[in-house]
Amino acid sequence: MAPLARVRNWLDERFGWDELLAPLRHKTVPIHRYSYWYFLGGITLFLFGVQVCTGILLLLYYRPSANEAFESVQYLMTQVKFGWLVRSVHSWAANLMILTAFLHMFSVVFLRAYRKPRELTWVSGMLLLFLAMGFGFSGYLLPWNTLAFFATKVGTDIAGQVPFVGHRTMIFLRGGEEVTGATLSRFFGFHVAVLPGLTTLLVGVHLLLIQRFGISVPARIEPEWRELPQEKREMRFFPSFLLRELMAWYIALGVLGALAAFSPWGLGTKADPFAPAPAGIKPEWYFLFMFQTLKLIPAKLGLLDGEVVGILTFSLAGLIWLLVPFLDGTKRTQRLVTGAAMFVVAYMGMMTAYGYVAK
Amino acid sequence: MGMLLGGGLFASALSFFYPVLRYLVPPRLTDMGGDTVVAGKVGELRPNSGKIFRFGSRPGLLMLGSDGQYRALSATCTHLSCTVQYRGDLRQVWCACHNGMYDLAGRNLSGPPPRPLEQYDVHVRGDEIIVSRRREA
Repeated sequence: MAPLARVRNWLDERFGWDELLAPLRHKTVPIHRYSYWYFLGGITLFLFGVQVCTGILLLLYYRPSANEAFESVQYLMTQVKFGWLVRSVHSWAANLMILTAFLHMFSVVFLRAYRKPRELTWVSGMLLLFLAMGFGFSGYLLPWNTLAFFATKVGTDIAGQVPFVGHRTMIFLRGGEEVTGATLSRFFGFHVAVLPGLTTLLVGVHLLLIQRFGISVPARIEPEWRELPQEKREMRFFPSFLLRELMAWYIALGVLGALAAFSPWGLGTKADPFAPAPAGIKPEWYFLFMFQTLKLIPAKLGLLDGEVVGILTFSLAGLIWLLVPFLDGTKRTQRLVTGAAMFVVAYMGMMTAYGYVAK
Repeated sequence: MGMLLGGGLFASALSFFYPVLRYLVPPRLTDMGGDTVVAGKVGELRPNSGKIFRFGSRPGLLMLGSDGQYRALSATCTHLSCTVQYRGDLRQVWCACHNGMYDLAGRNLSGPPPRPLEQYDVHVRGDEIIVSRRREA
């Protein structure tokens, strides 16, 4: 017997391996004109894996204190062999992961894949996106450079503007009244322990729900298949779809490698808490639409401060977005959700572009 | 029996979560910087320029106007806490984060800042520029 088959038999005798893998063998993926959108979730998961691996490598050299963080990243990038590449891959993969997560989210909205019974799959996915943004925000501070310092100052101050609980939240995030080394310690803890733990748990729930309910057939395709059942086509997940997904991962790895090697992530200058914010300061691209909006809102809107109104509006919009599957019932609300989603895409796109060109 | 068990569980949970929650809130630090600091030396600033100085744990902005007068303000923007700077070309105080503008007295002129910057008193003692927090009348 071949060694691989012997290992398989050994496992099967003890754990019922074949039985465990049975659901995977029965899993199918619908084939239609929108099937390529199915790859995005997998690519996001793959990039998360890249983050975990490169993050562990960075941990070997990184020192989480205000006096040493910048220098340790500088050392890693200039002295350690391929240190610049590992950090560049980590930074680029983070950005690509958020991008693919956003694309995955919008594809789910436009294909209405969140509809019954997949409401909780959507909620778990949205929570994962929030966690990914939390990863981005906490990781951004870790090199302790000027841009990161002010981005954290502004970001935590935004949390502080929320009525009633804001100030306490800000103190909790900063580890005090100001952004200091205490903030760095906390963000490091969030970034390498709290968020990875929560994300792993939620990824498990998300995948379990996908396994339980199967892959959604888009709302537009479903009636077509009902009318003409002979048109219905499916592909086995294992190995047919998985092999295609692996190809997508390979392409993603190629894009990531090219970006990391040809456009290495910079480090900037060391943060000085007693220096003015530099001109042209901007957050990461995925926060830019909110940043630009806050820039345009007037100082006072009625009795309230403009920024408070802005922050509350974004929080409310985020909550409504999270609850989209529960709002999408009738034909009218479906149209409303699609219209709102198109507005959100246009608004985010335009404000992000404006944020880049505005001084 | 149920109440006893429930009460016991509740008390156990409380005794576990309360210290954890208290642990998460950092201790309040007393600002050892006091209300008066030496912000710089006479001659350090050119007319129509400014510098950031340390005022306790927060940044302050010391300016020397074209009129030869020293002024000092809190350097923490009232919008979202970025550190402001003096712009000699505009003769105004500017926050680079969201393009907020203040005049030399700290009054918010344009952009998103909702309130003026706190004004400090400036005194020159020998060759030292002393900045102190204004006492409420």
